[in-house]
Amino acid sequence: MERYIGRDLARPDGPAKVEGRAVYVADLDVPGAWVGGVVRSTVARGLLLGLDFDPGFDWRTVAVATAADVPGENVVALIADDQPLLVAREIEHWGEPLALVAAPDELQLARALAAVRPRIEARAACFDLERSPRVFKSIRVAQGDAGAVFRDVPPGARVVEGTYRTDSQEQLYVETQGFVAFPPASDGSVTVRGSLQCPHYVQKALARALGIAPEEARVVQLATGGGFGGKEDYPSVLACHAALLARVARRPVRLILGRHEDLAVTPKRHPARVRVRAAFAADGTGLALEADVLFDGGAYTTLSPVVLSRGVLHASGPYRWPAAEIRGSVVATNHVPYGAFRGFGAPQTCLAIERLMDRAARELGIHPFELRLRNALRPGDTTVTGQRLEHSVGSLEVLEAIARRTGFDRHAWGAPHAESGPRRRGLGFSFFFHGAGFTGSGEELLRGRVSLALLPDGRVEVLAGSTEIGQGTQALFTAIAAEALGADAADVVLATPDTARVPDSGPTVASRTCMVVGGVLAAAAAELRQRVGDGAASWRERARAFLAGGGDGAVTRAYAPPPGARWDEHSYRGDAYPVYGWAADVAEVFVDEDTGEVDVARLWTAVDVGRALQPRLVTGQIEGGALQAVGWAHREVVSARDGRCEQDRLATCIVPTTLDAPRFDVTLVEVPYPGGPFGAKGVGELPMDGGAPAVLSAIEDATGIHPAQVPATPERILDLLVARAEEAHA
Amino acid sequence: MRPLRLTVNGDTLETAAPAHWTLLEVLRYRLGLTGSKQGCDKGDCGACTVLVDGRPQLACLTLAALAEGHAITTIEGLMPLHVAAGGDGPDPVQGAFDRCGALQCGFCQPGMMLSARALLNRNPCPTRGEIREALSGNLCRCTGYTQIFEAVELAVAESLGVAPAPRAWEEQRMKPAEAQEQARRAAAALAAARERNDGGPGARS
Repeated sequence: MERYIGRDLARPDGPAKVEGRAVYVADLDVPGAWVGGVVRSTVARGLLLGLDFDPGFDWRTVAVATAADVPGENVVALIADDQPLLVAREIEHWGEPLALVAAPDELQLARALAAVRPRIEARAACFDLERSPRVFKSIRVAQGDAGAVFRDVPPGARVVEGTYRTDSQEQLYVETQGFVAFPPASDGSVTVRGSLQCPHYVQKALARALGIAPEEARVVQLATGGGFGGKEDYPSVLACHAALLARVARRPVRLILGRHEDLAVTPKRHPARVRVRAAFAADGTGLALEADVLFDGGAYTTLSPVVLSRGVLHASGPYRWPAAEIRGSVVATNHVPYGAFRGFGAPQTCLAIERLMDRAARELGIHPFELRLRNALRPGDTTVTGQRLEHSVGSLEVLEAIARRTGFDRHAWGAPHAESGPRRRGLGFSFFFHGAGFTGSGEELLRGRVSLALLPDGRVEVLAGSTEIGQGTQALFTAIAAEALGADAADVVLATPDTARVPDSGPTVASRTCMVVGGVLAAAAAELRQRVGDGAASWRERARAFLAGGGDGAVTRAYAPPPGARWDEHSYRGDAYPVYGWAADVAEVFVDEDTGEVDVARLWTAVDVGRALQPRLVTGQIEGGALQAVGWAHREVVSARDGRCEQDRLATCIVPTTLDAPRFDVTLVEVPYPGGPFGAKGVGELPMDGGAPAVLSAIEDATGIHPAQVPATPERILDLLVARAEEAHA
Repeated sequence: MRPLRLTVNGDTLETAAPAHWTLLEVLRYRLGLTGSKQGCDKGDCGACTVLVDGRPQLACLTLAALAEGHAITTIEGLMPLHVAAGGDGPDPVQGAFDRCGALQCGFCQPGMMLSARALLNRNPCPTRGEIREALSGNLCRCTGYTQIFEAVELAVAESLGVAPAPRAWEEQRMKPAEAQEQARRAAAALAAARERNDGGPGARS
């Protein structure tokens, strides 16, 4: 009988958070700390000819760092080393860091920042992804001969095509990014504390920038006020800046971005243009798919190659395609670099394939639910990369669940509306999957580790680099460890993610913390349990006896790939992901045809999570992700003018409030995954994928227009409604 | 520097700060009460919400000097004030938020819980619509808000001595008759309480 799996555990981080005691970076009291700031470029592309320092300012009162002061390499180490920490000469985007200043207080800092005058020669910039002169990465996935199907369409078959665009999106973690850095210790080692998802990414970046060994850079995570991918890559930039300032100023430095600056310079979701066409037999069976995926990467590589990879690998949707060709490129522009945001490329391509399925349903005269059901990947099927789906394929189960919950399969989708007046109701649908964990051989190469240490009192300390950013890592790890040990939850202690103490478990990204790191944790706990032995006495008594008998209470385990997994990075063939999460959404909207306004009233979602280890937590992940998706679908506008983000405050960077959130109806479907802890699989990103296509599908049902761009703002909807009216008159 | 005499969480505290400092700055950087958060500094996110004479107010838009002579409640004060009023442990709102998954990253929650406390003080049995309205100035990016609404409803249900209506994912794990009965009892208790409160002391103002 399981004690902790499937039953909600109290959050270990709960009491401190509800009582206001949790310490976030801005709450840290660091005596003698100065405040840091950044001098930024005011053009999107140009040459930095020099920095003039106003002679009227007393520069002895502050500390300044430029590219010349970087002791190691002037790079933000990540995938490609193309992004400088501070501009030496070439400026590639608006807001690019040119120099750093630290001052005793905010007022003096503001004066000093204003007294640095960069001399810049502006150059022509590129903001159009379709006219980019440079490709960061291209990927091609091919199966069978899709070209032949489209060249010589079989009799009775039908080709459906469309071009779909998605705009950027701001993560909008409510806590802005920030770090406190301490000056180098006498042995040269450096410590930073901050708001982050991936302590070991920051550690590697610090080592490269400061010219020290990774173990000489100590990174400690503080309570983190949301991430959603936004604190995956950018904390490396901020931590290096703060550490550089602390080194020059010879005192601790707080570098915490204000909301304006955070919105202006941190990476957001990649804008995309996806062209897609598919051939269907008359009965709706998919014959071939072609997709052309284009992402705007912004000024530097950041995580773009991996975002593109996930985008391309999800462009097929959860469907069987005997022949497919998917080509993707992510290109350079002079936008602020784009980066990680929940879904990581998949929401963009999911929108395209799901809109295409709706269009196909209309053209083929088949119900959109029926079309999805007919083409859904089933156990034993192969994906477009040739991956045979064997375990935890909950595709039909989620379709069955959403139909039972909503009756969408009997809804006359797209039928002309009888109601009069401007307010039209519509229901929309989406069906989607999301690969859990790193792509391809990622997990095998990374070999994320978890350690356990028996404490003298018999409790077990879990040492992992995975971070709690709100999603419930602490409760999950406590439940998994206690269950696998056969101990009480109170016997489990979690170490703070501190690179001086915890092993590299891999980053807290890619829906991998529960499934991959949790799996390693369960294996480590099972090993410790075996060493200590079962018995009638309590865990602590047995553990103390084990230690007293000279037992070794330290266990470290690394990720072991499932047997038989294969992946070829060159041809993009094989097992793209260890396993997939499956889901289906139905959205109910009301569209005002006079104003173009959309009200998303309800959202039903059925999600195959493998096993709901903590039902309340996973429901919170699903509802939270789904609201971000609904916001992106029609409300959250992020635009740039001359490379500068136009939404520079929360009054203009709009995200859903309590009044905007739909009523959610979550159905948890459990098709256990044998490779995950107690059957669980990754779910963090999945809910981000289906909301936007379901909302656009519902707008189509309500109005008859076919929205092809996210967000479907009132302006865009009105344009389509006007075009429809003009067509009717013509 | 301007001397300040503030009544915070029942204590009278004396400090001094530049005259232009906001209440949020003084709470955080003079009085060490860092539970009130700064998310935007423009009055948009609600993370800095505190209670001033029982009403929710944005501390980032309130000059500290103007808060003199008023009773200020921050998140740090919720539990002590509940205990001082004869309660046991955390404020029911805090307990419910913790148990319902209403907090994830926790950054917006101090402001959110103070808004919820102010709502329940003036309207002990709010409807879902009234809860949405009262919390609409507090942004949360983690939860999708549903578990926050459920937390407020749990605090209400517990004050009435009934179980709250089961949530969708709970209901699917219950026997249908049992789920219906629980929902019916919660709705009946709420309706009766609203009738009792209507026009009576403590009614909505």
